[in-house]
Amino acid sequence: MSAPELDSLRAELLAAIAGASDLGTLEDVRVGVLGKKGRVSALMQKLGSMPPEERRDFGQAVNAVKTAVAEALEAKHQELSRAATAKRLAHETADVTLPVREGPLAEGRIHPVSQVTDEITEIFADMGFSIAEGPDIETDFNNFTALNIPREHPARQDHDTFYFAERPDGTRPLLRTHTSPVQIRTMLKEKPPLRIIAPGRVYRCDSDQTHTPMFHQVEGLVIDEDTHLGHLKWVLQEFCKAFFEVPEVKMRFRASHFPFTEPSMEVDIGYAKVGDEIRIGEGDRWLEILGCGMVHPNVLKAVEFDPKKYQGFAFGVGIDRLAMLKYGMPDLRAFFSGDLRWLKHYGFAPLAVPTLAAGLSH
Amino acid sequence: MKFTLSWLKEHLDTEASVDEIADTLTRIGLEIEDVFDPAAALKTFRVAEVVSAKKHPDADKLQVLEVDTGKERLQVVCGAPNARVGLKGVFAPVGAYVPGIDLTLSKVKIRGVESNGMMASERELELSDEHSGIIELPPKTKVGSSAAKALGLDDVVFDIATTPNRPDCLGVRGVARDLAAAGIGKLKKLPCKPVKGGFDNPIAIKLDFAKVAKEACPIFAGRLVRDVKNAKSPEWLQRRLKAIGLRPINALVDITNYISFDRGGPLHVYDADKLTGAIRARLGAKGEKFVALDGKTYAVDETMCVIADEARVLGLGGVIGGEDTGCTEETTNVFIELAYFDPKRTAQTGRTLNIQSDARFRFERGVDPEFVEPGLELATHMVTELCGGHPSKITIAGKTPKPTPAFKFDMTLIGRLSGLSLPHSEIRRRLTALGIKLEGKANVLKASPPPWRPDITGAVDLVEEVVRLVGVDHVPATPLARMAGVAAPVLTGPQARQKRVRRLLAARGLVEAVTWSFLPLDEAKLFGGGQPELTLANPISTELSQMRPSLLPGLITAAKRNRDRGFTDGALFELGQAYHGAEPEDQYVAASGVRFGHSMLDGSGRHWSGEAPEADWAGVKADAVAALAALGLDQSKLMITREAPAWFHPGRSGALKLGPKVMLGVFGELHPDILATLEADAPMAAFELFLDNLPPAKNKGTVKPALEALDLQPVRRDFAFLVDGDVEAGRLVRAAASADRALISTVGVFDVFTGKGVPEGKKSLAIEVTLQPRNKTLTDAEIDAVAEKIVAAVAKATGGELRG
Repeated sequence: MSAPELDSLRAELLAAIAGASDLGTLEDVRVGVLGKKGRVSALMQKLGSMPPEERRDFGQAVNAVKTAVAEALEAKHQELSRAATAKRLAHETADVTLPVREGPLAEGRIHPVSQVTDEITEIFADMGFSIAEGPDIETDFNNFTALNIPREHPARQDHDTFYFAERPDGTRPLLRTHTSPVQIRTMLKEKPPLRIIAPGRVYRCDSDQTHTPMFHQVEGLVIDEDTHLGHLKWVLQEFCKAFFEVPEVKMRFRASHFPFTEPSMEVDIGYAKVGDEIRIGEGDRWLEILGCGMVHPNVLKAVEFDPKKYQGFAFGVGIDRLAMLKYGMPDLRAFFSGDLRWLKHYGFAPLAVPTLAAGLSH
Repeated sequence: MKFTLSWLKEHLDTEASVDEIADTLTRIGLEIEDVFDPAAALKTFRVAEVVSAKKHPDADKLQVLEVDTGKERLQVVCGAPNARVGLKGVFAPVGAYVPGIDLTLSKVKIRGVESNGMMASERELELSDEHSGIIELPPKTKVGSSAAKALGLDDVVFDIATTPNRPDCLGVRGVARDLAAAGIGKLKKLPCKPVKGGFDNPIAIKLDFAKVAKEACPIFAGRLVRDVKNAKSPEWLQRRLKAIGLRPINALVDITNYISFDRGGPLHVYDADKLTGAIRARLGAKGEKFVALDGKTYAVDETMCVIADEARVLGLGGVIGGEDTGCTEETTNVFIELAYFDPKRTAQTGRTLNIQSDARFRFERGVDPEFVEPGLELATHMVTELCGGHPSKITIAGKTPKPTPAFKFDMTLIGRLSGLSLPHSEIRRRLTALGIKLEGKANVLKASPPPWRPDITGAVDLVEEVVRLVGVDHVPATPLARMAGVAAPVLTGPQARQKRVRRLLAARGLVEAVTWSFLPLDEAKLFGGGQPELTLANPISTELSQMRPSLLPGLITAAKRNRDRGFTDGALFELGQAYHGAEPEDQYVAASGVRFGHSMLDGSGRHWSGEAPEADWAGVKADAVAALAALGLDQSKLMITREAPAWFHPGRSGALKLGPKVMLGVFGELHPDILATLEADAPMAAFELFLDNLPPAKNKGTVKPALEALDLQPVRRDFAFLVDGDVEAGRLVRAAASADRALISTVGVFDVFTGKGVPEGKKSLAIEVTLQPRNKTLTDAEIDAVAEKIVAAVAKATGGELRG
C-alpha cells in the first residue's frame, strides 16, 4: 500500500471515529480497525511477508496510522462516556430538600437540674471541694438535733417536714428538709480539713407557684482551723461570678438567723430586669439566692469536733432556683412535670458538657 | 412585725431618712418586707371647703357644689346627704385614682351638669366601711393642704421579717434599740413611774404547779383597777393599731395590743366582775374546756398551762384568753395580768390546738421575764390615763426566772471567726448599746446578756451581734487557699459513672426527666413497693404519699401525659434514687428509661425514610446494654435471663445479670395490665439499671492493651440452623463461639426465620462466623474442620441441625 493510500485510510478511519454517535458504534469501529481482523491489524500482519528493506518504512507508516487511530478512539471513548454518564445522571435527581433524621444527639436532652449540678460541681471541684452524698430519708438527729435545732425550736415549724410513721423505738424518720444533714454525715465520718459540696433532693410540705414539695439544694461545708467569714465571702463571690459567667457580680450580705450557723447571713445578688429577662451582674435590684454562715459550735460539738480548734463555714443554695435565674425558666413546677415540650426547650444537648476550660454554658 | 415611723420615733431619736432606716434594718437582720407610704396613694388629694351647695336641677338626691381647693373653685356634683356649705372634706381632683371605687377620675357630666372631681367618703379611700356621707374634717383644717396629713395618713409603715431568735424585735422598742446600736440614732429613755395602788388587790393570784411543771409559769403579776370607763380608745391609738393591721376594739383591749407591739410583752385584761374568787395558773385537766376570744371552744389537757378562777378555765397562758371574761365597753372593774410563760410549753400548746396568736408568737420565742412588773405599771398608767379608775396595789406570785448566766467573752474570737479587725472600743460600744453588760479590761471579758435577749448565751452569739451591726460588707473577702498544683478529680467512682451514663442515655436520644420521689400508694404497689415504712405520715396529697420503689411508674405516667397531649412518640429517662426501705442502705440509684409510641435510636415517629418501629424490648435492651458498655462492663460477662419482674411482658422482657447473683438491670415491653391500670397506651417499653450493683471499676492504669491488627484476611462463613422454637439465640451463639476459641473471633446472628420451609414448632437461626487466622492463611480443609466443630457444638448445645 502506498503512502497516499495509507493517508486516505487514516483519514477514512478518523472520520469514522468522529462519526460514532455512541459507545456501541465506536466499539464496532475499534473492532473493524484494531480487532484481530481489523484493517490496521491486517496491514500489520502483512509486514512479516515484506522484504526487510520495505518493512521498516512501511512498518513506521502503519504504526503512525495505528497510533493516531488509537488516540482518536480513546479520546472519542472518553467523550462518549462522559456524555452517557451525564445523560444517566440527568435521570437520577433526588429531592434534596427532604428533611433528614438528625439522629439521637439532636433528640436527647439533659435536664437543667443535672446540667446546673454539673456546672456547680465543675466550679467547686476547681476550688478543691469534693462531692458528698446522703440519703433522702433521714433521722431527726441528722436533720435537726445535730444541727442545733432541738425539738421545741420554733425553726422546726418553718421547715414543713414530711414525716414517716413512728417506729417502735420512738424515732420518727423524715424526708430531709435541707441538704445540711450531709454535713453531719460527713463530719461523723471524716476529719478536718474538709471541703465538700452536697447536691441533692430535699423535701418540704409546701406547694404553690414558687414552691414544690420536692426541690434541689446544694450544701457547702469547709472545716479547718482558720477558715473565717472572709473566706466564705470570697468563695461565694467567686462562685457567683463563675456560675453566672459575668466578670463582676454585686452581692449583699444580710445578717440573718439559722440555728446551725453563727453568725448567719442571707445573700442577695444584684440584677436588672430587662423585659422579662433577669440579668445578673447589672442593675440595682436585689434577689435572695442563698443562706450561709459560720458553723455553729453546737454543730461541731454534736459531731465531736472541738470548736476551740476547728471552725468553718456552711452554705445552702437552691439548684432549681439557680437554674431559673441563669436560664430563665419562669415556673418551678414545670421542672418536675416530665413535659417533653419543656424538657426539649429548656434541656441541654447531650454533648454540652460544662467545663471551666471551654466555658460552662459555651 | 409592723410599725410606723412616728411610733419608732417615740423610742428612737433619729434624723435618718426612711430609706436609710429601711436599708439598715435589712442589713442588720430585720429584713424589710415592705415599706408602705399611705400618703403616696393620696398625693393629689387635698383638703377642700364647700363654698356653695345647690340642688341638682335634674336629680332629687344630688347637689351641685362649688368647692374651694385652695388653688381654684370647682364645680362638683355630689350625692352625700351631709354635703353643705362650710364643710371641709377630702377632694379628689380629675386624674386622681380613687381606691375604694377602683376608678381614675375624669371630667364628667352627671345628668347634664359638669363635675370636676369628687368629695370622698371613708369607704372611697378605703379607710373604713363608712359610706353614709363624705368625710368631715375639723373646721380648723387648712384648705388646700394635704388630705393624707389631715387624715393622719402621713405615717410610713415598715413591715419587717423577724427571725425566730429575736423576740425582742417583736416590739418597737427592740427594733429601736437595734437601730441605735447600728448607729441610726439614740434610744430614748422612757422611764415609767410606778403607779401607787390605793388599796390591796382583792383578787388572789396563785401558782398551782407540781414541782416538775413549775417552769410553766414562774411569775404572774396582777392588779385591779376599779371604776374605769371603757370606751373607744383615742384617735392616735386607733390610728396606730389600724396602721399595723389591727382592729381597734375598746380602750382596755387596745392598750394590751399596743403594749404587746410597743414592748414585745403581751398582757391580758379581765373583766373583774366576771371572775370568781382567786385566779390561778395551773396545768389543765382532761375534760376542761373554754370558749376563747376567737369564738372557738378548746379542750385543754394536762400538758397545757391554763389560767383559771375558782369556777372554770379562763384561758390558755401565753396563747389566748377567754371570751367570757374579756373586757367590753360595759366593763367597769378591770384586772390586768402580766406573766411569763415557758416558751416550750407555749409552743406545744399552740401547736396542739393550732392556735396562732400574737401572744403565742411572742411567748414561744421568749419574752423579757423582767418586763412583768414594769409592764404592769405601764399598763396601769395607760388604763388610768385613758379610762380613769383607781388602781390597787400589785400582787406578784412567783419569782422572775433566773437570767442567762454571765459567760467569758474573748474579743479576739471576733477576728478569728469573721476576719474583721475592730478596735476593742467599738466592740464594747456596739455590745453595750444592745444592753449587754461587759466587765473586765483585757481581751477576755465577762458578758451578761440582757433579759430580753434569750438568744444570747455564749461568746459566739456576741460575735454574731458585732458582725451584723458592723456589717458583713466590711469583712474583707479572703481567698481560700488553693490546693497545690493542678486540681485533682473529686468525683467518686459511682458519681463519675452516673455522670457518664446520664450523657450516654441522652446521646441515645432519650430526654432526661426529673419526676417526684413520691407517688400514689397503688402505683407503688404495682411496682413492688407500698411498704408502710415508706408511707408519708403527712403527705401533701394522696398522689404524692408513698416513696417510689422504682423510677418506672413516674416515667410511664409522664410518658402517658405526653401522649395525652398529642406527643405520641418519644423517649424519656431519669437517673435518680428509689427506695426498698427506710434505711440509708435501702436507697438505691437507678437509671431508667421509657420508649413510647414509635421510637428508635435514630428518632421517633413517622418519616419519609421509614417510620420508627414501635417501641419494643430490643430498643430498650440496646439502651441498657449500651449504658453498661459505656460504664466499662465487659460485655462477654453479661448474662441475659428471663427474670424481669411482673410489670414487664412475661415473654418480651429480660434481666441483665453478672453471674447468678448480681442483677444489673431489667428491660422489656411493659405488661399490658400495668399499662391499663396506669391508663397508658402501648406500645411502651422500659429499662431500669441498678447502678449501685455494678462492681467498682478496676484501676487498670491508662495504657490500653496493644492493638492486634493481623495482616491475614479474616474468613467469614454462614450457617443456618434449624432449631426448636424455644431455643434461645444466645445459647446457640455461645455454643458456636466455643467451638474454637483461638480461631473464631465473632459470631453474629443475621437472620431469624419461621414460616414457609421451616417445620411447625421450629425456627431457622442463621449466624455469620468470623475466623481470624493468626499465623498462616487457612486451607479449605482447616476451614471445613472448624465448620464441623461449630455444627457439632451447636447440635450438642441446642439440638439444632444445619438446614439443608
